[in-house]
Amino acid sequence: MSNKFTDHKGRPIIVVTGMGVVTSLGEGKDANWKALSAGKSGIKKISRFSTEGLRTHIAGTVDFMEPEEISAPAISYSMADSTAGEALEQAGFGTDGFPGPLYFAAPPVELEWQHRFDLLAENTSSEAGYTAVLEAARNNKHERMHELVQLGTIAYTIADKYKTKGLPISMSTACSSGATAIQHGMEAIIRGDTDAALCVASDGSVTAEGLIRFSLLSALTTNPEPTKASRPFSKDRDGFVMSEGSAALVLESLEHATARGANIIGVIKGVGEKADSFHRTRSSPDGMPAITAMKYALADANLSPDEIGYVNAHGTSTPENDRMESNSLAAVFGDRIREIPVSSNKSMIGHTLTAAGAVEAVFSYLTMSENTIPPTINHENPDPDIILDVVPNKSRQAEVDNILSNSFGFGGQNACLVFGRYLA
Amino acid sequence: MTETKREVWITGIGIVSCYGEGAEQHWQALGGDKAPAPIQDSERFPPYTVHPLPEMDWKLQIPRKESRQMENWQRLGTYAAGLALEDAGMKGNEEALSSMDLVVCAGGGERDIDVDNLIMKESRERDDHDILLNERLSTELRPTLFLAQLSNLMAGNISIVHKVTGSSRTYMGEESSGITAIQNGVARIAAGQSTHLLVGGAYNSERLDLLLSVQLGHYLMQNSGAPVGERIKEEGGTLLGSAGAFLILEDAEFAKARGAKPYAKLTGVASDLGPRDEASTTARLNEIMDKLDIQPSDTTAVISGASGCKEVTATEFAVLRKRLGSETAIRAYTSLTGNALEANFPLGIALSALALKNNSFYSKFDVTETDAKATPSKVIVTSLGHYRGEGMAIVEKA
Repeated sequence: MSNKFTDHKGRPIIVVTGMGVVTSLGEGKDANWKALSAGKSGIKKISRFSTEGLRTHIAGTVDFMEPEEISAPAISYSMADSTAGEALEQAGFGTDGFPGPLYFAAPPVELEWQHRFDLLAENTSSEAGYTAVLEAARNNKHERMHELVQLGTIAYTIADKYKTKGLPISMSTACSSGATAIQHGMEAIIRGDTDAALCVASDGSVTAEGLIRFSLLSALTTNPEPTKASRPFSKDRDGFVMSEGSAALVLESLEHATARGANIIGVIKGVGEKADSFHRTRSSPDGMPAITAMKYALADANLSPDEIGYVNAHGTSTPENDRMESNSLAAVFGDRIREIPVSSNKSMIGHTLTAAGAVEAVFSYLTMSENTIPPTINHENPDPDIILDVVPNKSRQAEVDNILSNSFGFGGQNACLVFGRYLA
Repeated sequence: MTETKREVWITGIGIVSCYGEGAEQHWQALGGDKAPAPIQDSERFPPYTVHPLPEMDWKLQIPRKESRQMENWQRLGTYAAGLALEDAGMKGNEEALSSMDLVVCAGGGERDIDVDNLIMKESRERDDHDILLNERLSTELRPTLFLAQLSNLMAGNISIVHKVTGSSRTYMGEESSGITAIQNGVARIAAGQSTHLLVGGAYNSERLDLLLSVQLGHYLMQNSGAPVGERIKEEGGTLLGSAGAFLILEDAEFAKARGAKPYAKLTGVASDLGPRDEASTTARLNEIMDKLDIQPSDTTAVISGASGCKEVTATEFAVLRKRLGSETAIRAYTSLTGNALEANFPLGIALSALALKNNSFYSKFDVTETDAKATPSKVIVTSLGHYRGEGMAIVEKA
């Protein structure tokens, strides 16, 4: 039953025909790739709000968009709008509408402090607190504020604007959400529910409270030097840099893309997922769920570990993740892991959280099309326990045909994707 | 539209609402000749009425050590998930749990109301609000609270407590997230992408921060606990209810092989999004019903998750009555349980499956409803989000 449009299991081959990306390095694929392949960091001192009294003063904020207000939902929407638009334009879908659903990896939004303070200013007669802000909410309808703080709104707005089909799907699997959105698009096409899917992830949640919450969990680096702070796989890594970003990918069945004469960027060959029951923020020490997710992804792609030419690592720069990921990669690839380039985009863009898996998918396809592996920067002090070839400090010319991309998240989330070059 | 290729059975139900906990207790409370009085609390959050949680002994499903890491929203979901696993005879079955897929519909967890109130109070006394936030949030927030707030950490807790570790997906988006969770779960089983999964969510309505987020758009009913049918004759509005609702869905062949019996089968789910004016909403609901091939029949009834918001609920009832006949039995269960937002649609599926298994239906939940002419063999479950998103599911006698 296999033909040129189906894979080893007789399932539709899934290709990517459009991509968009925004990170602290810039807006769009060109700006991002130029900086990323040059080993440039997008991390800087936070100017959005005062960091006085905080342990962390740096982040990979996206400050060049024009959101309707400075809040996580508004910034996340502005970036998602940009990347969805870029991806759809590249894929050749105009304003007539997109012939499939929207899978959206959404940041967990809620009312922010500025909203509470605004409500409070509307009602100065009652004692400050929830009673007063609820009174203010009753006195005047705040339709836009309500919309902004509903978790489905960003996806609804993107779906309305780009005319995707049906009820858009908002999801969160913490820091693997971006990979999960792509996984959903793949599964829907394989089921035959649709021929195309728009997969978008966005996270613009660098607020004082967001930063403080991660800081209280001791997850963030306290390194004060912005461009040096994200040091994945280094001996002196001490936490991740909180960052913003978005990415969008247009997925189609190869048959659908071919029939409409679309330009094919690459193939999505497989996905693997495994949940971990060990701890809320820590991975199983034996790495079994991560190892299993990688193995499932390779099996799904019908590839042996030998056929992977590059690993786009989760590589957050936390002591724990990087050790676990390195050990898990060694368990999957055996001795060959010393020869496979493994780099972390997060050394330059920080951790874009909800968006990371999708941002790194876009960078993986650019790695193939540009025949250049982006580096792991700030690698001056290797960790002797980590045996990986992390493509230290400078990008490397290489022709890669298959890439494994890892995404791991709080709550025991592990999702791995395999991307491949399209060979017509 | 999700075409059911493999039959999807509901083999386990875990529910907690103001009426208590467990499938059997809910059937006893709601399934009699006369609907029970609504259980409401109008004292704690005036002018709002909520349907509160019953008294809970969390340790029956959650070890104390784990329970301490959660707030009630996560406890409620983890608890209801445990009930569903128990009901399906799968609790502690390591082999089944390690390959079981987890599908959760979730909002965000509890904020620390005291800290928020303190900061708001101090903000009146000083102008440097950003410094105030840095000072207070850094020192007053409990580090673990963040983990109690993350949407996907309800799923994380279910994995930790009950060892469900096949895969883990969390959907967001208020009532729509419940529709998505059920639709995606059914689609995966129907297509052979999953053999057995645990799907559901929980909502804690007894929270000022969540009341606020719904009140902002003026969607909340005030100074009234009236049932949905009566509410929409007045100004309308939603009444929130605390509930946890989880289901075990299985490929019928998988269930048969382990000797499990179905409550009912889920034969279709469809959903949509669009403008909320009457004409557009009517057209979308009709399209959903066309996709699900919904036709008038004396043995078809409706379990409605109506929010009680005036226009959209009135449109829903009008469309259903036009398609199914004016005498069709529609039960707006939200009159009794309140609107459980993310958990609302799974709760409606659970109540439908309970009635079908018991070869019976519910008596009128309010005076505006009509008696069922015959025992239904098919139940349409509806959910129209308080502000956006619509879906329906078909639950049939297995």
